[in-house]
Amino acid sequence: MDVINTDIAIVGAGGAGLRAAIEIAEADPKLNVVLISKVYPMRSHTCAAEGGAAGVIKANDSLDYHFNDTVGGGDWLTDQDAVELFVNEIPRELTRMEHWGCPWSREDAGTVAVRPFGGMKVMRTWFAADKTGFHMLHTLFQTTLKYPSIKRLDEHYATDLIVDGGRVQGAVCLEMSTGKLKLVKAKAVIIASGGAGRIFPFTTNGAIKTGDGMAMAYRAGAALKDMEFVQYHPTGLPGSGILLTEGCRGEGGYLLNKDGYRYLQDYDLGPATPEPVLKSMELGPRDRLSQAFWHEQKKGRTAASKWGDVVYLDMRHLGEKLINERLPLVRDLACSYVGTDPVTDLVPVRPVVHYMMGGIHTDIDAATTIDGLYAAGECACVSINGANRLGSNSLGELLVFGARAGRHAVEHIRTTKPAADKLVEKQASDAEQRIKLLFERKGKERVSVLRNELTHSLEDGCGIYRSGDLIQATCDKVSEVRDRYKDVMLEDKSSVFNTDLFQVLELGAMIECAQTVAVSALERKESRGAHQRLDHVERDDVNYLKHTMAFYNPNGDPRIDYLDVVITKSQPAARVYGAAAGGQHI
Amino acid sequence: MSTRTITIEVLRYRPEQDQEPFFQSYTVPCDEDWVVLDALNYIKDELDRTLSYRWSCHMFVCGSCGIVVDGEPKLGCKAFVKDYGDKIRVEPLGNFPIERDLVVVIDDFIEKLESVNPYLIPKEEKSIDDGEYLQTPAQLKAFKQYSMCINCLLCYSACPQYGLDPSFVGPAALALAHRYNMDSRDVGRKAREDVVASHEGIWECSFVGACSQVCPKDVDPAGAIQQTKITSAIDYVTSFLPGGNR
Ligand SMILES: Cc1cc2nc3c(=O)[nH]c(=O)nc-3n(C[C@H](O)[C@H](O)[C@H](O)COP(=O)(O)OP(=O)(O)OC[C@H]3O[C@@H](n4cnc5c(N)ncnc54)[C@H](O)[C@@H]3O)c2cc1C
Ligand code: SF4
Repeated sequence: MDVINTDIAIVGAGGAGLRAAIEIAEADPKLNVVLISKVYPMRSHTCAAEGGAAGVIKANDSLDYHFNDTVGGGDWLTDQDAVELFVNEIPRELTRMEHWGCPWSREDAGTVAVRPFGGMKVMRTWFAADKTGFHMLHTLFQTTLKYPSIKRLDEHYATDLIVDGGRVQGAVCLEMSTGKLKLVKAKAVIIASGGAGRIFPFTTNGAIKTGDGMAMAYRAGAALKDMEFVQYHPTGLPGSGILLTEGCRGEGGYLLNKDGYRYLQDYDLGPATPEPVLKSMELGPRDRLSQAFWHEQKKGRTAASKWGDVVYLDMRHLGEKLINERLPLVRDLACSYVGTDPVTDLVPVRPVVHYMMGGIHTDIDAATTIDGLYAAGECACVSINGANRLGSNSLGELLVFGARAGRHAVEHIRTTKPAADKLVEKQASDAEQRIKLLFERKGKERVSVLRNELTHSLEDGCGIYRSGDLIQATCDKVSEVRDRYKDVMLEDKSSVFNTDLFQVLELGAMIECAQTVAVSALERKESRGAHQRLDHVERDDVNYLKHTMAFYNPNGDPRIDYLDVVITKSQPAARVYGAAAGGQHI
Repeated sequence: MSTRTITIEVLRYRPEQDQEPFFQSYTVPCDEDWVVLDALNYIKDELDRTLSYRWSCHMFVCGSCGIVVDGEPKLGCKAFVKDYGDKIRVEPLGNFPIERDLVVVIDDFIEKLESVNPYLIPKEEKSIDDGEYLQTPAQLKAFKQYSMCINCLLCYSACPQYGLDPSFVGPAALALAHRYNMDSRDVGRKAREDVVASHEGIWECSFVGACSQVCPKDVDPAGAIQQTKITSAIDYVTSFLPGGNR
């Protein structure tokens, strides 16, 4: 096996991984960084983010407002020390992106423009038309090219972390073009591998979002935290699941049921004013909007379409000029995929799985419980998102915590002595053996069949509304799939760019993530944010103002534990939206 | 949802076992609103696990799924089957070596992208505490189009010049250099000039314009190259004038 020695290895070259790499290169150009990614950096799913990144910059805004919106939006399951630090640091991070060339949309005076976003009291979301993540990702990637200390392993698939004596020592990865295994020995590792939305059948997440890094850290002993909190975005295109950004509603779009009625006013989000009001109606938080769809469907007020039940996004009153200027991708996607032009037609939409609030447990320095292992971005749970992420907070999160992960990994290297590494080679060869076995074994379970059963079962039991019996059925199904996976069939036995192999490995990660989602959901017997149970309809702060911590168990369900939420200055209260929320009128 | 049975002919090549590329046909029941990428995913899941291709976002923005569909470079996620007949021919992008099946080796492009210094080079470093650089919507507009490139490489596949001479820097990398050159916050044109205005740079382009025609993001690399030629020519001439730097 080839061995690469480096100081810091980063798994994932999306927004979080690239930001971490730059931070390290700037902190100490002598440190070597190896950036491992299963796709070329600019293919990372950060590119799909449309709407924008929230950060306080305007005179009418305040850090406290952003803090309160985020904590309340997360139904008080956020760690308030993390949120405070996040809202403080994000404006500088976004400014730094501007200095690196990010083409933020501008006001006439040349200052950065902001747009309204759901659950935010004041306009504070920086945007680059409706391609914010795309521009951020390309800006970050191109900026990394300035730093010779950053070495990339593009199209390398990481399979395992190496942990010896409680200390991370590196990672094993497969060179995709040859099938060759490489051991990257490192003094610190940062996981920045993104989310796991692909464990659901209907999602805005790209093919690469299979939770690999979450599963790697989990198998190595780190906890996956709050995995039951899965965000449904209210406006996905039916059929494909492609996202239409919240920016559509930020710019003033309406959500209508089949009778042309702005139904959100029936769910404590009104009154329905023609002009958008922040924290009201269409600019309420995502969990509440997706839940309202479910109720409309039950009442028979959604419209039938060839793709199933839908409601409508009405942007006609915004006019062609604004749509072209601020939502060009949305127009392109709607025209191409559902044949409706937002300038003249109602666009059919429905809720779609979008984001994992949960992830690898870290502290505010992005450190996991494994010495030398850090995590940042969507794969991590710090947690600033709690039970429901506010739109436009995660692009900021990957900058703030990507940078912190980089900074603290450097610090870690400076302050810790090298550890014994007796088991490193052995672990690497174990990883190799596992892959060899896949090639040698016959196997009888098909990847696509297992994947299908897994994802549909997750939708059945862990959707917008859940109940004990259905979650239990999903838990049972996931364990069954996990067992059957032991006999999974690798049909393609070649070495060069073997995508059958990568899908087999990805499915393994998906199963681990799915199991933590289902079991954590079963154990949380309350309703909070995105976790709504029909058999436990109230939020229960006495028993569940706690993070769920899932620990790996090779032979059965994960072990579940709980961790107190950090509360500093905002005591849990009722979440208030609509007129009473006092949101800015636009 | 109505379906139509379509024969997808895919160019296969597995270097470990195939002497040379060959076409393999698959019969795929396609939903009317599918894209060619959906048909490939169907083949992968239901018919043949050994077919390899790249894809991720399925929404025209990650740039992974560039392929040639019925002779034309396309994004697999933007080639709608309703626009094609009952037989669709799918090949890897042209002008790049085939790694395997629909996957091509793009190292050459990555090197070219890296060679044009594609990052902001400001006149002077501004402190973060001093806030953002001001840039009016008009100044933004001057380069915005050229910042839209998703590196899908359809333009390289279509470019006759890159086909003839692989040392040509090529449309997307030149458009990216132009994107930074046109940015009001940037003064790095000189640093990029070595590559951009070299023999392998803009002067090699014969202005066929095929790149701009196939570009799924309206980047107009041909326009970018043309504009760069004009500024470089002016630079060249003024360098001979009194006060010029030659
Ligand atoms: C359609 C869409 C729109 C969104 N819009 C917004 C928005 O407007 N505002 C906002 O704040 N947030 C938005 N989000 C959320 C946000 O974009 C993501 O949470 C964020 O971009 C994730 O970034 P990341 O760096 O953590 O991961 P990613 O960008 O997903 O990168 C993950 C990286 O890990 C690598 N990787 C994964 N597994 C492996 C492995 N096994 N081996 C090697 N490498 C691996 C991948 O190659 C990739 O480089 C949106 C999300 C989606 C899906
Ligand atoms: S210029 Fe257009 S065709 Fe060429 S790589 Fe960029 S987006 Fe693709």
